[in-house]
Amino acid sequence: MADITETRVTATPVARPRKRIRWDHVADHAILIAGALLMLVPVYMVFATSSWDAITVHREGMQFGFSDQLGTNYDAALFEYGGFTDSVNGVTMLANSLILGLGFAIGKIVVGMMAAYAIVYFRLKFATLAFWMIFTTLLLPLEVRILPSYEIITSITVFGLYENGMGNSYAGLIIPLIASATATFFFRQFFLSVPEELIEAARIDGAGPVKFFIDILVPLSRTMIAAMFIIMFVFGWNQYLWPTLITTDESLFTLVRGIRQIVQSYADGSETPDYGQAAALAIIAMTPPVLIVVFFQSWFVKGLTESDK
Amino acid sequence: MKRAAFGHIGFPILLLLPQLVIIAIFFYWPAAYAVQSSFYAQDMFGFTSTFVGAENYTRLIDSTNYINALNFTVIFTVLVTFFSLGIALLLAVKADKVIRGAKTYRTLLMWVYAIAPPVAGLIGVMLFDQSRGNITQLLAFFGYEYRLGVNYWDTASAMIVVSVWKQIPVNFIFFLSGLQAIPQSVREAAMIDNRSGTSRFWDITFPLLAPTGFFLLIINITYSLFDTFGIIDTIVKGEPGNNPLTLVYRVYVDGFRGGDLGGSSAQSVVLMVLVLILTIVQFRFLERRIHYT
Repeated sequence: MADITETRVTATPVARPRKRIRWDHVADHAILIAGALLMLVPVYMVFATSSWDAITVHREGMQFGFSDQLGTNYDAALFEYGGFTDSVNGVTMLANSLILGLGFAIGKIVVGMMAAYAIVYFRLKFATLAFWMIFTTLLLPLEVRILPSYEIITSITVFGLYENGMGNSYAGLIIPLIASATATFFFRQFFLSVPEELIEAARIDGAGPVKFFIDILVPLSRTMIAAMFIIMFVFGWNQYLWPTLITTDESLFTLVRGIRQIVQSYADGSETPDYGQAAALAIIAMTPPVLIVVFFQSWFVKGLTESDK
Repeated sequence: MKRAAFGHIGFPILLLLPQLVIIAIFFYWPAAYAVQSSFYAQDMFGFTSTFVGAENYTRLIDSTNYINALNFTVIFTVLVTFFSLGIALLLAVKADKVIRGAKTYRTLLMWVYAIAPPVAGLIGVMLFDQSRGNITQLLAFFGYEYRLGVNYWDTASAMIVVSVWKQIPVNFIFFLSGLQAIPQSVREAAMIDNRSGTSRFWDITFPLLAPTGFFLLIINITYSLFDTFGIIDTIVKGEPGNNPLTLVYRVYVDGFRGGDLGGSSAQSVVLMVLVLILTIVQFRFLERRIHYT
């Protein structure tokens, strides 16, 4: 009798942990799957809805299944001219979004790298002052000073280039957004971590500041540039408030700005909004940044976690 | 500055020039202009402005609209921060733990980062629409009449849900990278000392994550204050009406709809001070954190 109970006691610890760990894993996966679905389902529904005609969506709301209007809706969203002046279609907006995203990312990286190089690699008396002046811009987002920014930028005329101020121009759209120093700060941190020996060796070999920058520092920063580029491109592409204010000319609308137009046609209620087409435009607006984030995930995560600190 | 730095003068100034010019024109000038206009009142057509001292500020304190926006902003910020941090932490802890499919989960939980706030807002509008929204229909099934844009708290809850949804990925990424930075040796020691997963989390993982958590707290507060503009604007469909609004949205509404440069600037200045306080708190903390590691 005693023997039997003994064997039972020794047998259970072996069996029990295995079973408990199993349930643990199932619960972990269940939570993660629930989280993934929470992220996926709303966007999936938009995608499914983009294949339906306006009347069905108007009656029944967003759809889970697919219908046969997919081609028609995307064709209309991309190529049909709309707006008050009929001067904008999806392709124009796509091009404008690309210009904003690329212009913002490239502008910010070029300006930021140059400034960071000057601050880190030169014995400048006012380098500290310049650094603090640049650094202060990190504190106040554009939203906080939006009206004064708007008033100033729409009244600026650069050497007569912009007759009616910088409103409704790509420069007025992009440059004010660059006026924050995230990239400068990011590259400064990185340059400071570059070994001292590099510049010593370069100087012994007779390299000047331009040669050192182009032949050594830029190639060394490739990963950093890629990471920064992804973050900045997505950030620029997704801008909303500033493009909304500064571009009243419809031919300059970005996709994200176009979303506002859809929502307002919703609010007017005068005619049935074309829901399928609106869903298609939403999908077009989110696809490029989502693909970039997914495909360049490791760079993106690196850029995000190292730039914000 | 590097020890073996270059001694040139002209070249570095040339390098700094674009950055300095841009921030002078597009940052310092507007910021100064905001402070200045907050002490002036413009007439209806914007032709003349007169110095009114602190009147724009006192008007804010007396305005029920502004106080309502202030109260709503506090509630909104607390709820968005709490839920997006909580859900993201749970998901990050699980994603850090599982081995099978870890990479897939990571991708599936972070990609929403790339969706623009107004696009998220549009999805929210379609889900919560008063007559045909899928969630509205679901709630009607349970006997609740959900009225977006009519009922104050119904609208508020849609804003909060969408804002939380949009912010989970960022928090998830930071929490996960914080978790992965915990050394293997610490994890193993904790495993030996403490077999219960829950208490191991609260005693070891949570304190080690605290720096990330605090940093994210600031990030989430600034997100709730500023970056939710696109979500709020789409959910109220550009029509403020009696809907719940945040402080930043009021700056926009009073400035661009109301044409009140002085009042809007005063609100800008209040927000600037708020952000400065937040940043100072963040830096004091970051300093401590450097000693920590």
